[in-house]
Amino acid sequence: MLIKCPHCGTRPVEEFTFNGDASIQRPTSNDPKTMDQWFDYVYLRDNPKGRFEEYAHHSSGCRAWLVVARDTQTHEIFSVVTARDYAKKRVAS
Amino acid sequence: MTGFRLDKGGLVDRAAPLDFTFDGKAFTGFAGDTLASALIANDVHLMGRSFKYHRPRGVISAGSSEPNALVELREGARKEANTRATMIELYDGLVARSQNRWPSLEFDIGALNSLASAMFVAGFYYKTFMWPKSFWEKIYEPIIRKAAGLGAASKEADPDKYEKAYGHCDLLVVGSGPAGLMAALTAGRSGARVILADESSALGGSLLSENEEIGGMSGHAWAMATISELSAMPNVALMPRTTIFGWYDDNIFGAVERVNDHVLEPSPYEPRQRYWRITAKRAVMATGAEERPIVFGGNDVPGVMTASALRTYANRYGAAAGKSVVVFTNNNSGYRTARDMKAHGVHVEVIIDSRKEATGDAGGVPVIRGGAIVNVRGGKRVSGVELADHRMIPCDAVAMSGGWSPIVNLMCHRGAKPKWDERIAGFVPPDVGNAIAAAGSAAGKMLLSECLADGARAGTLKGKTPALPKCRDEAFAVTPLWWVKESTGKAFVDYQNDSTAKDLPLAAQEGYRDIELAKRYTTAGMATDQGKLGNVNAIAILAEATGRSMDQVGTTTFRPYYTPVSFGAIAGPFVGHHFQPVRKTPLHDWADELGAIFVETGLWMRSSWFPQEGEDWLASASREVLATRERVGLCDVSTLGKIDVQGKDAAEFLNRLYCNTFSTLDVGKARYGLMLREDGIVFDDGTTSRLAADHFLITTTTANAARVMSHMEFCHQAHWPDLDVQYVSVTEQWAQMAIAGPKTRATLQKIVDEVTLDDKSFPYLAAKEISILGGMTARLFRISFSGEHAYELAVPADYGNLVARSIMQAGEEFGIAPYGIEALSIMRIEKGHVAGGELNGTTTAGDLGLGKMMSSKKDYIGRMMAAREGLTDKNRQCVVGIRPFDTMDKIRSGSHILKKNDAPSMVADQGYISSVAWSPMLNMWLGLALLANGRERHGEVVKIFDGVRNIHMFGVICDPMHYDRENKKLHV
Repeated sequence: MLIKCPHCGTRPVEEFTFNGDASIQRPTSNDPKTMDQWFDYVYLRDNPKGRFEEYAHHSSGCRAWLVVARDTQTHEIFSVVTARDYAKKRVAS
Repeated sequence: MTGFRLDKGGLVDRAAPLDFTFDGKAFTGFAGDTLASALIANDVHLMGRSFKYHRPRGVISAGSSEPNALVELREGARKEANTRATMIELYDGLVARSQNRWPSLEFDIGALNSLASAMFVAGFYYKTFMWPKSFWEKIYEPIIRKAAGLGAASKEADPDKYEKAYGHCDLLVVGSGPAGLMAALTAGRSGARVILADESSALGGSLLSENEEIGGMSGHAWAMATISELSAMPNVALMPRTTIFGWYDDNIFGAVERVNDHVLEPSPYEPRQRYWRITAKRAVMATGAEERPIVFGGNDVPGVMTASALRTYANRYGAAAGKSVVVFTNNNSGYRTARDMKAHGVHVEVIIDSRKEATGDAGGVPVIRGGAIVNVRGGKRVSGVELADHRMIPCDAVAMSGGWSPIVNLMCHRGAKPKWDERIAGFVPPDVGNAIAAAGSAAGKMLLSECLADGARAGTLKGKTPALPKCRDEAFAVTPLWWVKESTGKAFVDYQNDSTAKDLPLAAQEGYRDIELAKRYTTAGMATDQGKLGNVNAIAILAEATGRSMDQVGTTTFRPYYTPVSFGAIAGPFVGHHFQPVRKTPLHDWADELGAIFVETGLWMRSSWFPQEGEDWLASASREVLATRERVGLCDVSTLGKIDVQGKDAAEFLNRLYCNTFSTLDVGKARYGLMLREDGIVFDDGTTSRLAADHFLITTTTANAARVMSHMEFCHQAHWPDLDVQYVSVTEQWAQMAIAGPKTRATLQKIVDEVTLDDKSFPYLAAKEISILGGMTARLFRISFSGEHAYELAVPADYGNLVARSIMQAGEEFGIAPYGIEALSIMRIEKGHVAGGELNGTTTAGDLGLGKMMSSKKDYIGRMMAAREGLTDKNRQCVVGIRPFDTMDKIRSGSHILKKNDAPSMVADQGYISSVAWSPMLNMWLGLALLANGRERHGEVVKIFDGVRNIHMFGVICDPMHYDRENKKLHV
């Protein structure tokens, strides 16, 4: 599989380290009442067939964390953005 | 014809004889032979024994699909098991042995299995070896393991080299028959970058084995002319001896190039094999088609082979598989074989065509239409065939053709399934988009003209398809015949696994109707050939038995590798220290000079102890501890991870990463920090120093250095992208050493430039940039892992050895000694400091006795989850000290702890010992343990149980800090 890093261009998948679902967001509250949200964030993961947005660390490259949108069935890659842009866009929306 | 070598013809070089041995017997072949063709030319047909029944077996095919003729090639360290005689190029001095027989190939005891064949029906593993259950481990499994498996691997290390290589092209052409050559030629002429790969030793594919006519010349001459034109093109790479074994995402192909498998020993400057990754914009799968056997009685007797194999041995290798041939066919291939063999002067007795109304050019050979072979006579060699009408025809070779199966594997490697094509009675490749296309007989095109046209089309990347050379077509028609049910002898579907035609209906009857289940139950389609010859027959027989169509039954899953790939090729050059490079610390030379014994921790070589004459590791480490605790010691701690953190928000960033607070840390001071994982478990620890308001230096454990860095990058970029902070690993930029012991201050005072090392200007936990040895930049931290008055000194890496030697010199008058990580470990256990044994991914800050570090005033990674009930339970196992009740006893790490009077059981388990050390200060073994509700149990006598070594003893729980509980020595 080839991934187009926004900084480094098209690179082989071996240069990347994956860290699961990017669509879930770390809760911000420390209120004990939000424990369920935290539990979901830390432990619960979907295993979708089809489009999946996933954290990928370009660990053997520029060291940027990326979010790769990929089809889990065909491995077609729809988009690659930096985790930074992804996070900022999420805050904005 | 002399013997079985034809007088003329074939592509072998009769002027280049080669000597080889098979099972110790000497033979001669020619350059251009395979081991199989050379053996056939020497009238050797018995090449192996079958897996279950140990039946005598000969070669069935002339290519990579061969299920039977598997041999051990070469000897000693280069011995390779299960190599296919059909793919081994003959070389002078080749040594091969048959497999799966004892005591000899001619007389094999295992053949008695045939007499008990009722026991070996489908699913026999599951049926036979079930009862009694207790027999499995001690009796059944060892027997099966001994009897199963084919060749034996060498137990010596592989002396040869392997390489990895990367290729990029506009068009990858897989297979160099008519379609492949035409595709490569078309694309090559247009200027495209082309790679043409073929698994055979020579390019040309079927044109090397068949009598064809293309462009007014023989097919072979046309192939040679085309290859010659291709080899002159700078944009075309020709790769014979290269198997494209898999198709992966993004049109990446895996390939193995057998660079030196065809010589006795590779040149010392070349690899044996090269493992390729080829990224192709487009690819053409011109892999051809595989001729199928027919399932009839005795279809495995040596001398029975596919019709095309018989032709290949004659046309390409100049070897006749027999002197009197019977052909059994359901399509035109048999006719072709009869004509070709006759042209070579070999007698062809008869063509038995299973089709009642078949036509074909038999070249004058008599044809029996609507006939079938029910049994083959002969044990180790064919002596004749019996027909359904009870006729007996003597012969010494049988050519069979059950039709053709396009070789669809590559295009199915990413999950798509092939489709059944009634017209050619074969599975054809699925449509998988534009990146890869099938061409020629791989696409089900059975005429030569179609193959050339298909290849030209696939090779046209832009513009118009070029004009095609004229050629002669052999008509094609097939009527399936899967299984001659009247067979009287054993009729094999899968040769390598000895699966017979009767096994499949039996599997269906017992509920294994799904082809994937039937495969596992009957083992048809398993092992090294993965059913290349037998699968379609198996599917057809299962389809008939269950009243389904070929498409309804479908195929099993096609996975890489297409043919077996050696571990050597997969590993490539990355073996030994090329797999795991050695990391040496900047103080390596200094430690080496002093006779250090190094230990590998991760990639690092760390100085472990510094033995003097006659000392073992424990004597050395104990002496180093005493020297440090009584005088002064120097230890290399450069492997600790060091991360430089700077920026306006650096303090805030660290506050969020660590459970304790860093924004309150004064400039010029260090503080111990604890990082949690998001689930509340401790992740890592280390000291962090504040060098300026916006500048921190954090240290991590050696093991977690890389992980902490990635974690910081993740947290910053994914969680808090607005924080203005930068950080970089400086682990390798700094040499770091711990100097510890009551004489440390006096020693260091001699090398520092202007600082006075008293408690006022350099108090405990001071951390400052200073200069030493007359102007060298250094960082000095007054921190202690040993519990002594201690410092850590960091200097630029290149000065590490110099500074260490200077400190040794300065400390000489005080009796300084170097100490290694064994002594370091003893001292930390004496002091009850936690390390890897306790920071083991299951412990919380509370478990480690560090619960008070967790701030309640801020958010940080792990805060919420660490507050969960289960992680704060008072009965959790927490760190305690442990000592043997009898101080002469030795406690061992990993031992379990029980209440004094309890017998060992999971329920009674109270915890375990996580670290132990011999304490030279207390003259006994002592340790740290994780014990349920341990903090309440200091003073309790417990039972220590080591089930591995069967040791039972009593121990006493105590405070983890075994030595200098008042920390007086820190401030000496």
